[in-house]
Amino acid sequence: MSVKRREKDLTLLEKIYIPEIVKGLSLTLKSMFKPKFTLKYPEEKFIPPASYRGRPVLVQEKDGHERCVACGLCSRVCPSLAIEVQAAETELEKERYPEKFEINMIRCIFCGFCEEVCPEEAIVMSKDYEMAFTNREEAIYGKDKLLVPVEQLQDRIDFLRKYK
Amino acid sequence: MTIWEILGFALLKILVIVSIMLLTVSYLVYFERRISAWAQNRLGPNRVGWEGILQPFADVLKLLLKEDIVPYQANKTIHTLAPIIALFVAFTTYAVIPFGPTINVFDYSIPLVVADVNIGILYVLALTSLGVYAVTFAGWSSGSKYSLLGGIRSSAQMISYEISMGFSIGGVLLLAESLRPLTIVETQGQWLWNAWIQPIGFITFVVSAFAETNRLPFDLPEAEPELVGGFHTEYSSMKFAGFFLAEYANMIVASGLIVTLYLGGYNIPFINIETLGLPAWLPVLIYISAFLFKMAALLFFFIWVRWSIPRFRYDQLMSLGWKVMFPLSLINIIWVAALIMIFNL
Ligand code: SF4
Ligand code: SF4
Repeated sequence: MSVKRREKDLTLLEKIYIPEIVKGLSLTLKSMFKPKFTLKYPEEKFIPPASYRGRPVLVQEKDGHERCVACGLCSRVCPSLAIEVQAAETELEKERYPEKFEINMIRCIFCGFCEEVCPEEAIVMSKDYEMAFTNREEAIYGKDKLLVPVEQLQDRIDFLRKYK
Repeated sequence: MTIWEILGFALLKILVIVSIMLLTVSYLVYFERRISAWAQNRLGPNRVGWEGILQPFADVLKLLLKEDIVPYQANKTIHTLAPIIALFVAFTTYAVIPFGPTINVFDYSIPLVVADVNIGILYVLALTSLGVYAVTFAGWSSGSKYSLLGGIRSSAQMISYEISMGFSIGGVLLLAESLRPLTIVETQGQWLWNAWIQPIGFITFVVSAFAETNRLPFDLPEAEPELVGGFHTEYSSMKFAGFFLAEYANMIVASGLIVTLYLGGYNIPFINIETLGLPAWLPVLIYISAFLFKMAALLFFFIWVRWSIPRFRYDQLMSLGWKVMFPLSLINIIWVAALIMIFNL
């Protein structure tokens, strides 16, 4: 059997192992006293940056109405068919509004297509990642849960204006 | 002492030691998880009780409640026997390791070791060899290829490393001129620990002890990436816990042995506490805590090494055992013999 030369042959000191083992041990000993990365979750919460795609929400204007004009594009583009929009007429300037707007959070894959396609900047991805349901009905979020005041979403909207 | 008194004291010592060992084993698992987490900049289990202090009990409760699965192809008797052997070996080996000097209570003189036998070291060697059976039986009787491979590997590994272990002990025996653990501790005295006199033997013994206890970097019998769980792949519930406990109990025995053979047992350097004029019970306590402290440091070392060094390849393991450790332990014997010749130790 021919002996293959390695790219880097070990020196004698490295072949004795023990100095190298001591090096490795001191490395792990040092990292034992370093600050930890772990968040103690329920007490400490992760605050995501603006680029984070959490649960999609509807933007609620300052006067309490939703921005959405019920064009249905988001529902059309959604790859997992999670969104259901039903349009109705309104006296407001935008003329149409979603009478019913539902996102099935079991279906949603957080792809962000709905946000990307929306012409009105009316649906955006929030920073909310705490979603837990005990039955399927609960997982369908209606307008009551989807509407979020615009002030709370400013971060994400700024991010979208800058990078979208 | 009458036979009943001897039996009574032995029983008392066994009870104390077994309960302390069981507690230590469960907390070793906890510390293993905590220390591994710290080494990886994580926190580790910290939920059950203050800082996770009750985690071992939660673990045991969980394991007890799990379903005990025996594979259809398994040999039921041997499958059940294997974890029992593992536990038996792990817990009985401790019997000859002294954890303190002889004490005098109410006119009785009691050596602080369960069985003060003059062939203690042979007893340890014999029992640790029995440990191979547990692993091999487990591997063979499961009727699974992964288990079998793990079992075979471990028998090959344990037999190879037992040789260098035995030869390393040879050096200690030459110096102590006795197989009795208490004598070995006493001859080391305050300063002349075997670790200083025969560093090569110390290193080969520690390495072999790692291999014997199947700890990383030598945990080939249970190498997860290649063998699923190794010899205990097909074990669940308390039988799995049996192997788990045995592994940690083996660690305790191994560190107890290292302390006894190489680190001066319960002796303390620098201070001669006998001459300090302390009340009679205090030195004993100090000796026992010195022993426990040395053991704790070694146990930490075991865990620390596990999270620092990667696993050996099988051929590397074998060549290390036969081509490096074995000759080194022979050299050690010659070294010790030369020392005895020159200095008349
Ligand atoms: S994020 Fe994707 S999957 Fe979820 S609702 Fe929007 S388009 Fe549908
Ligand atoms: S794309 Fe925007 S405006 Fe159109 S329905 Fe969806 S949320 Fe409303």
